[in-house]
Amino acid sequence: MKEKLEQIRAHAIHAIENSENLEKLNEVRMDVLGKKGELTAVLKGMKDVAAEDRPKVGQWVNETRAVIETRLEEKKAAFEAEKLRARYESEKIDVTMPAVTCQCGRLHPVTQVRNQLIDIFSAMGFEIYEGTEIETDYYNFTALNTPQDHPARDMQDTFYLSPEFLLRTQTSAGQIHVMEAKKPPIKVVSPGKVFRSDDDATHSPMFTQMEGLVVDRGITLCDLKGMLDEFVQKIFGEGTKTRLRPSYFPFTEPSVEVDVSCFQCGGTGCKLCKGTGWIEVLGAGVVNHRVLEGCNIDTSEYSGFAFGIGIERIAMLKYGINNIKLLFESDLRVLEQIDD
Amino acid sequence: MLAPLSWLKDYVEIDVTPKELEEKLFSCGFEVEELTEVGKDIRNVVVGLVEQCEPIPDTHLNLCQVNAGAHGTFQICCGADNVKTGGKYPLALIGATVYATEKDHVTIEGIMEIKQGKLRGYDSYGMLCSGTELGLTEDLYPGAGYNGLLVLPEDAEIGADVKPLLGMDDWIYDIAITANRPDCQSIYGIAREVAAVLGKECKAPALDFTETAVTKAPFSVKVDAPELCPRYIAHYVYDVTIGESPAWMRRRLALTGCSAISNVVDITNYVLKELGQPMHAFDYAYLEGDQIQVRRAADGEKIVTLDEKEFTLNNNNLVICDGVKPVALAGIMGGLNSEIVDTTSEVMFEAAKFVRDNIRKSSRALGQSSDSSARFAKGVDEYTTVMAMKRALHLIEELGCGKVSSTHMDVNTGNSVEPHAMKVSIRQVNGVLGIRVPDEDIVRILKALQFAPELNGDELTLQIPAYREDMDSYPDVAEEVIRMYGYEHVTPTFMSTAEVTMGGLNLKQKTELKLKRALCSAGAYEGIHYSFFSPADLDLLRLSEDAAERNAISLQNPINADLSLMRTTLAPQMLHAIARNQKNGILEGRIFELGNIFIPKSLPLTEYPDERETLCVGLFGEAESFFTLKGMTETVAETLCLTFTYEPGSKPFLHPYQTAIVRCEGIEVGYLGKLAYELQDELDMRVPAYLMELDVRGLSRWYGKEQRFVPIPRFAEEKRDFAFVADKQVSCAEIENGIREACDYVTKVTLFDVYEGIQLPKDKKSMAFSVVFTPREEALSASFMEQLVEDILKNLNEKLGISLRA
Repeated sequence: MKEKLEQIRAHAIHAIENSENLEKLNEVRMDVLGKKGELTAVLKGMKDVAAEDRPKVGQWVNETRAVIETRLEEKKAAFEAEKLRARYESEKIDVTMPAVTCQCGRLHPVTQVRNQLIDIFSAMGFEIYEGTEIETDYYNFTALNTPQDHPARDMQDTFYLSPEFLLRTQTSAGQIHVMEAKKPPIKVVSPGKVFRSDDDATHSPMFTQMEGLVVDRGITLCDLKGMLDEFVQKIFGEGTKTRLRPSYFPFTEPSVEVDVSCFQCGGTGCKLCKGTGWIEVLGAGVVNHRVLEGCNIDTSEYSGFAFGIGIERIAMLKYGINNIKLLFESDLRVLEQIDD
Repeated sequence: MLAPLSWLKDYVEIDVTPKELEEKLFSCGFEVEELTEVGKDIRNVVVGLVEQCEPIPDTHLNLCQVNAGAHGTFQICCGADNVKTGGKYPLALIGATVYATEKDHVTIEGIMEIKQGKLRGYDSYGMLCSGTELGLTEDLYPGAGYNGLLVLPEDAEIGADVKPLLGMDDWIYDIAITANRPDCQSIYGIAREVAAVLGKECKAPALDFTETAVTKAPFSVKVDAPELCPRYIAHYVYDVTIGESPAWMRRRLALTGCSAISNVVDITNYVLKELGQPMHAFDYAYLEGDQIQVRRAADGEKIVTLDEKEFTLNNNNLVICDGVKPVALAGIMGGLNSEIVDTTSEVMFEAAKFVRDNIRKSSRALGQSSDSSARFAKGVDEYTTVMAMKRALHLIEELGCGKVSSTHMDVNTGNSVEPHAMKVSIRQVNGVLGIRVPDEDIVRILKALQFAPELNGDELTLQIPAYREDMDSYPDVAEEVIRMYGYEHVTPTFMSTAEVTMGGLNLKQKTELKLKRALCSAGAYEGIHYSFFSPADLDLLRLSEDAAERNAISLQNPINADLSLMRTTLAPQMLHAIARNQKNGILEGRIFELGNIFIPKSLPLTEYPDERETLCVGLFGEAESFFTLKGMTETVAETLCLTFTYEPGSKPFLHPYQTAIVRCEGIEVGYLGKLAYELQDELDMRVPAYLMELDVRGLSRWYGKEQRFVPIPRFAEEKRDFAFVADKQVSCAEIENGIREACDYVTKVTLFDVYEGIQLPKDKKSMAFSVVFTPREEALSASFMEQLVEDILKNLNEKLGISLRA
């Protein structure tokens, strides 16, 4: 009996080792372990075995079965591994071929800078107020301490829609609306389109500004400087310095132009900063007390500062865009470039 | 504003380099836009003495031996007709740079370097120069205009650099003056600032003169329009001899961009440059009626100005008249009829303050301007008006070209030209700045600025000179202090006294940003276009005469007609953008713009118009279709958590059968469609374009919809696919509605196939839908599902004649 089992085992193992594929392996399984298989036949013949020998023979049969099954599984695993390997190989690709991309659009560079500014000022506690593009003479000029015959009106060429209505020349127009609607503490930035009758290589009749206004107790020029220092480092990079120099705006007194240390050369002088090491980026100042008084804000208690940023100018400086007109032509070759 | 350094030095001792002065001016608020040395291109030109001068036979040349002192003696070939032995001329040494002139010896064509040369076989070791070759003109140096050598003074030191001798070592500052400082629109005004910033004294201009006993009676001045002319000063000068002004005066005028005309006229221009007060000189012989009258012009009144242009005036224009007729357009230009001429022997000088706004408006309206009108438009102060007349009369005496009578008229509205007192608190001044400027520095600075400060405890009393009309209150004092003390002393602080505030975007701003980002994710690039467009854009859209879009606000002073209307739709600019991209060879793309359109409530405007945020999406390319655009529209709906419905619509600029109106909760919110082929051709587009416009303002009413969680169904959803046969005109939306209204377990209906063709009758189509049924409290049993399907089929059959496809 034992010899027979040895024979079955040797025969089965031989067949397993020599089977060429999974199908053949299954045939071997059926031939040995199937209903009509050799080993099954031995089990069926157990009734003919002497009762005292049955446990021993049963054990032999089971041992034989276990060995064969193990061999079958091993062989099966080998076949499957080979099949998977072949599948992988058949799917070999050239990874240097071009990517299939999901074509995403981009926000306009002006919107990107605007969002960056808004993020910075939001974190400093500024709300965002959007005024209207069409304004009255009063809000754009008169209430900003620029009465009718004021020479500062010549500083900006204004588009008029009627004697009373005009296209705002500055987002500063929003200051007055804010101060009429809200009492201090005020921290607000006001981004938006502004218009001036200028049209040449460096000027566009429409551009984007962001006005900032803070009115609270004890606000000084030093606070303006401190806020600007924070702001320029966030937008132009750590280590960027500011320099204030005297200027004039009717609605601030003192008024300053704000230069930043050139972020390209670090202040040593280059083409971008025209060799000066400084780049003019915005105008600012302490809010003129006449403007506050006009909005019924008590100047013995409150003071403030204001600033106005040209968003295109920042975008052009930051990204090296050489012509402001490019920003308003929706040329996809321009729009697809910047993702900041 | 052009200010020569040499002229400034008349009034203030300048002991810093020209470059240092530029930096000082910059730091105190006067940006020097350009600093130019007069002889910047000229180098190595020295005084040469011609010791021998022999004609070279058969030529116009002379062979000269020129002594240049320590530089040596050089043989020079010279072709000028005025070279002679014993003469001193500018000698450009080898290596020198001078201007090269064209054949006419007048036109400068560039800069040349002098090299050793050979003329007609004779070596030449340099060049004797004309005035032109040194960049000089007759006005800049007498004799420099001569077409030959520039003759130098006999006492010129041989071998010395010619630049100091010819005034070419001078520097011109082109200074930007801010609008609040009209008092600095003059040499003297700048000199005051220079003195303050350098801590030097500012000398007063010479204003002395001697009036004779002669009077001009019965001369009178009458100002009928004091609101436009608060001060008018006239002075009569006689025994006038018209001639050329002295070289120093002509030079200074030339350096500040003004050509010399005659002594009397030059005096008025000189005073304008020096003190900033425009003046006028009338030939008294041509003034009729012994009278000056300042009045508004009569409507239709005419005047011919000095430049022989005739103007028809109106009541807004101010004129200076004699007893009979207008003789000057006040503040802008004198009349031709009373011009100073060679024979003028009596002059009436005018120094007046005209109101800046009137001069500016008249000048613009008439299209006539001058140095005077530009100056008046910036603002002239009465202090200077008074001073200028004295200065002009002083110069008349200094030049010896006339006698000063004692006929002096001063018509004014009582404004004082004396300083007025202003009291401020030091604490307030420092309060603006946020730093504590030492009291002694404040006093020092304000003293240098001629405010005569007196400090008493915290109280500072200033005497504000009448020319400082900008000084209004303590912040102005703070600015004066800090610009002289130095902005570098401002130390950064971070609003330590301010209350903490909450910042950030509001709902509208957040939603709009979310919308923009969603559109970017859908492949669109954001564009920004001007808020104004062209009337032709409305025609491009084929809009009817009564179309709402034609009710647009126009600009009163547009740059040109193409930018003359406030836009009432974003479509045309989007179309132009698409066309431009196609012209650049880009044949597919997606662009969106979120911007305002402007809807007037009345025209002309009497109240703020409606500025409506509007979204425009433009797609172009062969791969795009109505349905890719509809996908973008659905992106908008999903981003805003809204449901849009679509129905066929029409727009004159869109395809008649590929256009839809978009609704939200029944309200029309926009349109989308394929661009009409006529427009595609007109715009030279090579590939089709698709356009969508949505009234984002209208959609904003649904912003910030409450977000609610819907529990996941406990039982499995059932899905059934149906292939329907329907009449061709039945729309997808009708079938979907037919399904939904028949069964409220239906939560999703999706069209997945459409078939028309030989397997169906000609007027029929097959549409295959996938329908999802969502169970509620219990699972959907097979028999219940059968019932639901039956309800749907029955409803579709009854309402739309639809059957299941066999």
